[in-house]
Amino acid sequence: MSASPTKTNSDAKVNKATTHPKDRLLRQDRLPHIWCPTCGIGTCVSSFVEAIDEIDLPPEQFAVVSGIGCTGRVAGYVKLDSFHTTHGRAIPFATGLHLTNPKQKVIVFSGDGDLVAIGGNHLIHAARRNMDITVICVNNFIYGMTGGQLAPTTPHTAKTTTSPAGNTEFPFNVPHLVASCGATYVARWTALHVRRLKRAMIEAIMKPGFSLVEVIAPCSTLYARKNRLGSGTDLMQFYHDNCEVQHNANTADVDIGFQNKIIIGKFVDIEKPTFLDRYNKGIG
Amino acid sequence: MSKAPGAVLTGEHFMNGDVAAAEGALAAGCTFFAGYPITPATEVAERMSKRLPDVGGVYIQMEDEIASMCAILGGSWGGRKSMTSTSGPGFSLMQENIGLGIMTETPCVVVNVQRGGPSTGLPTLVAQQDMMQARWGSHGDYEIIALSPNSPQECFNLTIEAFKLSETYRLPVLLMTDEVVGHMTEKVVIPATSKIKQAKRRLTKKKPDKYLAYEHDKDLVPPMAEIGKGYNVHITGLTHDERGYPAVVAPVQKRMVPRLLDKITQNAKAISKFEEINTDDAEVIVLCYGITSRVALKATEMARDKGIKVGFLRLQVVWPFPEWRIRELAAQVKGFVVPEINMGQVVLEVERIVAGQTKTVLVPHPGGEVHDPETIIAGIEEVIK
Amino acid sequence: MRFWRTPLDQEKFNAPKGRIFIIVERCKGCSFCVEYCPRGVLQISDQFNKKGYHYPEAIKEDACVDCNLCESICPEFAIYSDRIEEEAVSTSTGADTKQESIAGKEAEGE
Repeated sequence: MSASPTKTNSDAKVNKATTHPKDRLLRQDRLPHIWCPTCGIGTCVSSFVEAIDEIDLPPEQFAVVSGIGCTGRVAGYVKLDSFHTTHGRAIPFATGLHLTNPKQKVIVFSGDGDLVAIGGNHLIHAARRNMDITVICVNNFIYGMTGGQLAPTTPHTAKTTTSPAGNTEFPFNVPHLVASCGATYVARWTALHVRRLKRAMIEAIMKPGFSLVEVIAPCSTLYARKNRLGSGTDLMQFYHDNCEVQHNANTADVDIGFQNKIIIGKFVDIEKPTFLDRYNKGIG
Repeated sequence: MSKAPGAVLTGEHFMNGDVAAAEGALAAGCTFFAGYPITPATEVAERMSKRLPDVGGVYIQMEDEIASMCAILGGSWGGRKSMTSTSGPGFSLMQENIGLGIMTETPCVVVNVQRGGPSTGLPTLVAQQDMMQARWGSHGDYEIIALSPNSPQECFNLTIEAFKLSETYRLPVLLMTDEVVGHMTEKVVIPATSKIKQAKRRLTKKKPDKYLAYEHDKDLVPPMAEIGKGYNVHITGLTHDERGYPAVVAPVQKRMVPRLLDKITQNAKAISKFEEINTDDAEVIVLCYGITSRVALKATEMARDKGIKVGFLRLQVVWPFPEWRIRELAAQVKGFVVPEINMGQVVLEVERIVAGQTKTVLVPHPGGEVHDPETIIAGIEEVIK
Repeated sequence: MRFWRTPLDQEKFNAPKGRIFIIVERCKGCSFCVEYCPRGVLQISDQFNKKGYHYPEAIKEDACVDCNLCESICPEFAIYSDRIEEEAVSTSTGADTKQESIAGKEAEGE
């Protein structure tokens, strides 16, 4: 049943289309995707697809590995060689994929819980090894898929289903964590900063070595709702009003507090031999 | 400058089971190993770390066994034959991702050099306590292939067989050795390269627009696609349909998951491998595997000298279990004797299959030592009394 | 476009013009495109798709400069803009004047 269209403005127009220019890099037969209205993950994928498009390599040269969680579903929507692995294990899987297939650009696209909680050990080791993979960590401060539980990235005092009286813990400072382990490219953007996010993704993917791009993204149904922050659109507005770009900031200073200023930008961009550079060269 | 040795060290060697398993992997064409040190499997990793650069392969020591298992799944999808090795505690950690390998139908080999358990147990001493874990260790319904060598020579041979089975049936294959076989040093003959048949990966002949990731052949195994060739492979641990896309509904579960079991059970006779000695006229069969089989063979010889008609059946492939053969023998014999270095694991399978038709006598050992022949003979005598 | 002073070479440059297309069934009514369109082209309409989401409509289509921000920021891959090549909005001093396109108004697409 369709409502009879009512136009509030006689000039209002809807040009309807059935396909999108980005569809050639998406598994169209699976759209619309499962993410909630005003979820930021779709926007991250949008920037990612633009990044892939802009890089002068054929799509076969890319592989996406994701874990479990809302962001983990990304692998199922991109039309590339994509791998939806177990919780927390996207990075070691990507490590194996990369080491046996070094020509492909391997991108890990997963969420904060998957990468930093259960996957934390793998994250720090991949950074330490300077494994030539790119990690896109979509940080929505919560475990979305399972209904809104505490994550190691949940800001102090925030409410979640497993911290109903407010989070008593302090979150990881993800850029600081991976930078201190030896990552050669570390950046943080938000789902709002689509253009700069795309550029960061391109830089991260093309840069040899371990790159991490943390993307602060709105979780409307859970994080926003449980903390009475409105919807994802309100969170996007919050990013608009409270993010401050500080390239080359000291990563030790980019902690995120609850509804506080978020420092974004490109924090680390250094040169170092990768794992395979060193392995293939040997010692002496 | 001397040439680096190749993958196949043709000739006679004096090496231990762990090293032989590593050499078997290289001979089978393995060029990726991701592992973590654990007694008594460490020598497999050490040997691979030394030899893989010789064959243009990559060795990586991962941060734990969970990462090792995931890395070899990734390595397999990257296009290389991949292996890891571990023992009991690491094997427990690997279970979730063995399940991922089964669900995504990823060929790879996992070596478990069994030691005394449970928990940290006896790190340096023998046991066969993971045999049921090999079959049921991961969650969910599935079938597995597990081999059991009883000598360093068999470690070499059965590792090659493991790679062949993993590529043929598209799943992780387990090589269940034990601390004695792994650490004993014996003569290992490595044949000429031409005599070793390296398993080829079953790749699809279809073009990307016609290819369906889990559309299977007659033997219920779907051909794989190579990544980086435009197939846009998608694999997931979620229940998935023929395209490989998540489809978390009961009808798809019904269609797709029993096939993971059927592809093993329906091909069990082709996969299975066991050795029989003097079973034709046997009244008692000693059913054994791994290091225990060497003592058991001695025990059967001693029993024969006493006039007991004992037959010897040694499993080289423990899972899938050769049910059909046990049923045939059950109709003929007074009983089975199952010596194993555990408190009763494979014996449960024998009991289940014979279903009371004949006696089943377990000769257990809690671990740390190999049986004495006398205890096995006592078990044999228990059957015929 | 409002300038605080008129650029001397203003006549040389024409802002690009774009047309918005919406894949109605994918939209989830999040209104990111509405909020962040720099030209205020869109608003959420009263119409809705099969899932009950209100999708956007272009109320000032002539103002679209094909910046593609809606395309980039939409989480659903439900909106994009296409460059209209021959037509350009040439802006004169200060006021928001619009020129009729040479080919006239395009027929409504489906």
